[in-house]
Amino acid sequence: MKFLYNFIKKFEPLFSKGGKLEKLYPIYEMGEGFLFTLPHHTKTGTHIRDAIDMKRFMITVYIAIFPAFIFGIFNTGYQHFLSLGIAASIWQIILKGIVIVLPIYLIVLAVGAIWEILFAVVRKHEINEGLLVSTFLIPLIVPPTIPYWQLIVATSFGIVIGKEIFGGVGMNIFNPALVARAFLFFAFPRSMSGDSVWTVFGEKAIDAYTAATPLAVVSDTITNSGGVIDALADKGYTLWNMFLGTIPGSIGETSTLMILLGLLVLLITKAGSWRIVLSVFVGGFAMSTLLNYLAPNPSHIFALPAHYHFVMGGFAFGAVFMATDPVSSCSTKNGKYFYGFLIGVLAILVRTLNPAYPEGMMLAILLMNTFAPLIDHFVVQAHKKRRLKYAKQ
Amino acid sequence: MKLKKLRHGYDIKITGETVRTIQQTDLPQKVALKPVDFEGFKPRLLVELGDVVKVGTPLAYNKNNEDIKLISHVSGQIAGIVRGKRRVIEAIVIETDGKQAREDLKIDTNNLTQDSIIEALLRTGLFLNLVQRPYNKIANPVDIPRDIFISAMDTAPLAAEESFILEDNESSFQKGIDVLSKLTSGKVRLSFKPEETEFSEFKNCELYNFKGPHPAGNVGVHIHHIAPIRNAHDIVWTCSVQAAILIGRLFETGEINHEILIKLAGSAAKKRYYFKTISGAQVSSFMGKIEENSRIISGNVLTGTKIEADGFVGFKDNLITVVPEAKDPVFMAWMNPGISKRSWWKTFVAPIITPKKAFAADTNIGGGNRAFVINDIYEDVIPMSILPGYLIKSILAEDIEEMEALGIYEVAEEDFAICEYICPSKTEFQQIIRLGLNLIEKEG
Repeated sequence: MKFLYNFIKKFEPLFSKGGKLEKLYPIYEMGEGFLFTLPHHTKTGTHIRDAIDMKRFMITVYIAIFPAFIFGIFNTGYQHFLSLGIAASIWQIILKGIVIVLPIYLIVLAVGAIWEILFAVVRKHEINEGLLVSTFLIPLIVPPTIPYWQLIVATSFGIVIGKEIFGGVGMNIFNPALVARAFLFFAFPRSMSGDSVWTVFGEKAIDAYTAATPLAVVSDTITNSGGVIDALADKGYTLWNMFLGTIPGSIGETSTLMILLGLLVLLITKAGSWRIVLSVFVGGFAMSTLLNYLAPNPSHIFALPAHYHFVMGGFAFGAVFMATDPVSSCSTKNGKYFYGFLIGVLAILVRTLNPAYPEGMMLAILLMNTFAPLIDHFVVQAHKKRRLKYAKQ
Repeated sequence: MKLKKLRHGYDIKITGETVRTIQQTDLPQKVALKPVDFEGFKPRLLVELGDVVKVGTPLAYNKNNEDIKLISHVSGQIAGIVRGKRRVIEAIVIETDGKQAREDLKIDTNNLTQDSIIEALLRTGLFLNLVQRPYNKIANPVDIPRDIFISAMDTAPLAAEESFILEDNESSFQKGIDVLSKLTSGKVRLSFKPEETEFSEFKNCELYNFKGPHPAGNVGVHIHHIAPIRNAHDIVWTCSVQAAILIGRLFETGEINHEILIKLAGSAAKKRYYFKTISGAQVSSFMGKIEENSRIISGNVLTGTKIEADGFVGFKDNLITVVPEAKDPVFMAWMNPGISKRSWWKTFVAPIITPKKAFAADTNIGGGNRAFVINDIYEDVIPMSILPGYLIKSILAEDIEEMEALGIYEVAEEDFAICEYICPSKTEFQQIIRLGLNLIEKEG
C-alpha cells in the first residue's frame, strides 16, 4: 500500500495552498481519505482516541441499509416478470433489477456528490460522509418507474434545501432523504401515486397481477366486502409475502425482513437508537389498536390490525432508517420516546384518515423532525429542574 | 460506609502496564517547576538565570495573587527559563547541586490554626496543590472551602495505584488529613475503591466507597454524588493523595521534602517501574530507553501534557505515559472489520468478541473534525447528572444562564475526557470546557 499512498501524495502539492487546484482541496482530501486513514496526531485534548470516526459510523449505517437495497434489486426484477406472467430465471430477474435500480442509484449518488463537493469547496470544509447514507436512502424510497429528470431535481432539492443551506451534516432540521421524497410527492404526484407506478411493466400486464400496493387495496373501502384482511388476500397479499417483500412498492421499502436485518446491524453496533425504533412501533401499535375499536365495519381500513400496518408501505423502513437519523431526531434519551411514539401514532393516523395520502410515514417523520427540538427543550428543562432540586438537598 | 456503584463510564484498557516494584533513583541533575501546571497562575519571576537557590527560595509569584508563590524544593542554580508562545514562562529549570541547602522556613509544626497553616503552605509552595471548584483552578488562600475532597482512586488508563503511593507514608497522610481538616468549615472527604481497605483506617475525615468504570475515580464525580456544588459561591477544594502526604510531611518535620512516587507506563517505554524520585524531575533521569517516534506524556493519556525527552514531570503528576506516535496510513480503515481495533463503539469486531482485552494505543486521531452528529452518547460515559452535549453547545453559544443551569460550576475538563475519547466527530471537549470555565468566571 505504500506505493499507492506515495502515488496519491504526489498530487497533494497541486491541491494545497499555492497549488493550481488549491480551491479543490476537499476533493483531494475526499479521495485520499477514502483510501487511507492518515496518521494525523492528536494535538489537543486526549492523546489517544477511539478508532471510530464519522466515516466508520456512516459506513455502518450503509451496511445496515444494504440488505434492503439488494432485495430491492431482486424484487424490482421479480415484479416485472410477475406482471408479464413469465417464469424467469433468477439471473434474468437480478439482471432486470440491476438494469432498473443501478442507474437510479448512480444518478442520485452523482447529483448528491456534485452538490456536496460544490458546497465543500465554497465553504472550505471537508466533504462529509453523511452524503453516502442520504444518497443510499433516496433510491430506496422512490418507485422504480421514477423518471430520471424528476429524480435529479428531487435529489438536488433534498440535498440542498434539506441539508446544505442549514450548514451541512449535523445542522439539518429535516431528514434530507425524506425532503427529497416529499418534494417528489408534492411536485410530481402522478409519478408517486396511483397503481401504475410501483411496477416496471413490460409490453403487457396479465390480469392476475395486482398492480395496486397493499395500502391502496385497504384504502379502497367502498368496493370491499368482508374483512379487510380478506380483501388483501383476494388480491394475493398475505402477511407472509408482505413481510418477505415480494410485493410492488418503492424499491427498498417492501421487505420488512430485510429491514429487520438492517435493524439488527444498527442495534448491535449502537449506530441506531433502539429507543426511537421501539417507540415508533409502540405508537403505531397503540394508534392502530385504538382504531380497531372504532372501526365501523370489518372491511374498513380502521380494522387493519397493527402487525399488518407494520409490514405494509414505508412504516418499517421509516421507523428503522429514517426516524433514527441522529441529526434530525431528538437528541435527548427521554425525548426519543416521545418523538418515536408520536411518529408511530401520526403515521397510522394519516394512513387511515386521509385517502389522498396512503403513505403517512414520510409526513409523520417530517412533522416530528420539526418538533424534535421542542421536545428536547422540555426534556432539558425537566433536567435542569431536577438538578436544582438535587442540589438543594 | 457508603458504597456508590456507578454505571456510566468506560474503562480504556491499553497495553503498557508497569511492574509493581519501586526503584530508587538518585537526585536528578535537573528539576523544573512549571507555572503552566497551575491553572490561574500568571508567573512573575523572582529569580534570573544563574541565580543560586536553596530549598525554600521563592522562584516566582502569581500576578493574580502575590501571596501564591512557586517555591524551590531543591538547592542549586537556575539553569534555564523556558518560554513558550508569546513569552509565557513554561518552566523554571534548576540544576541541582545535590546538597539540598535549606532556607530557614521557621514553620511551627505545633501551631495548627487556619491562618498559620495557610501561611506555611504558601511559604513552602505546597498551597499550589490545592485546586478549587468551581472553575478548576488554584485555590484562593482567603477562602474557607465548604469541604475538601481527596480521591484515593485513579481510574484513568495505566494510572498509578494510590495504595502503592500510600505505602510507608500512612502517618504523613493522616497528618495531612488532620491539617487539611482545619482549613475547611466542613470536612475532609476521602473516596476510595472498596477493595483498597488501607484507606478505611484514616481518621478525622468522612470515608466513601465508589465503584465503576472511568471516570468513577475523578474527584468531580465524587463531589457530585456526595455534596454537589450548588452555585458560583459554593467553593470546595480538592487535593491528591500524594499532595496530602507532602503536606503531612511538612507538619511532621517542619521541612520541605518532595520525594514522590512516579509510575512509568505505556507500551513505548521499556523500563516500566515505579520510581522514587522528586517532584518536577527531568524524565530522562529515570525513564531509560523508549521507542523511537513516541510521545511522552506527563500524566495519563486522557488529561496529561505532552513533554519532550528532556522535559520535566508535572508538579501534580504521579504518572508518565509513553505511547507510540501514529505512523503509517491505514488503507481503507473504515472498511476494516477491526479485529484489533479498540473502540467504545461496537462498529468493530474486537469490542464485541474480546471486550476486556488490552490494546496498543497510539496517537492517531482517527478521522476529521465534524459537527455534532450523534448527541446522546456522552451521557453514557459520564456518571453525573449532566447533559454534556447541551453543556458544550451552551458554552459555544456563550449562553451564561444556560451554562449555569446545566452545571458549569460543577465540572472540570478532566471529567469530559472520556467524552472526547469516544466522540466520532472528534470534538475538543476539554478545550471547550476550559473556555466555558474562563468565560463564566469572567462574566458569571
